[in-house]
Amino acid sequence: MDIDKVFKALADPGRRHLLDLLHKENGQTLSALCERMDMTRQAVTQHLQLLEEANLVATVRRGREKLHYLNPVPLHEIYERWIEKFERNRLGTLHNLKRRLEAHDDDKA
Amino acid sequence: MTTTKPDFVYVTYIATTPEKLWQALVDTDVTRQYWIGPNATDPGHVNVSEWTPGSQWEHQRLDDARTVDIVGTVVESTPPRRLVLSWARPNEADDASKHSRVTFDVEPLGDALIRLTVTHEDLASDPKMLSGISGGWPQILSNLKTFLETGRALPR
Repeated sequence: MDIDKVFKALADPGRRHLLDLLHKENGQTLSALCERMDMTRQAVTQHLQLLEEANLVATVRRGREKLHYLNPVPLHEIYERWIEKFERNRLGTLHNLKRRLEAHDDDKA
Repeated sequence: MTTTKPDFVYVTYIATTPEKLWQALVDTDVTRQYWIGPNATDPGHVNVSEWTPGSQWEHQRLDDARTVDIVGTVVESTPPRRLVLSWARPNEADDASKHSRVTFDVEPLGDALIRLTVTHEDLASDPKMLSGISGGWPQILSNLKTFLETGRALPR
């Protein structure tokens, strides 16, 4: 898998928002995602296409519906590449501290 | 083909053949090489079964007692393309309402490239299993890819 595609896909706030929506609720249809996005259906379709090409979104057909899933496998590979195992605990502590301090603004964190 | 909505869908591309991927799914000695969780104290796991439809399978921890952490039935086995397993805690093995289902789909994309799709469904009634699994699969698939592409066992 081309890692450049992953970073390019992540470099757009609209596409990151789509990933956030799938993280909140996995397996959504295009129509459900469009309702939560402030852009045209065509634009959402194109963003999803780029995310799928980067393997950040996986799709499954159920009957007539196409469901979209957040596929975290490429992100996990990035994580493994640069975050050493022994750093996990310290980073976890830092992350928890940040979350606690920013609790009033959690959704934007 | 089931009609329920999957809880998770994971996709990874691996530079290998469907046959090697299949062996990695069903050969106990190979499963040992990549069923290792993110926790450094995790002794790893192996999967043990005859892998024929209807047979039982066990997800055994590699401790002295070989603790069985997950059990299930082989629902479908179509080498080297599709493996479907039911998935349950050992103490809930007799209660089908507590079972979830895992599907491995292997799709060849060229000479030595496959797409592996892992689908996990019917987890909704079990939030604890759901949260454990959502962290677990990306790790296992990443390990599996590294193992098949480099041929190296993972450090533990």
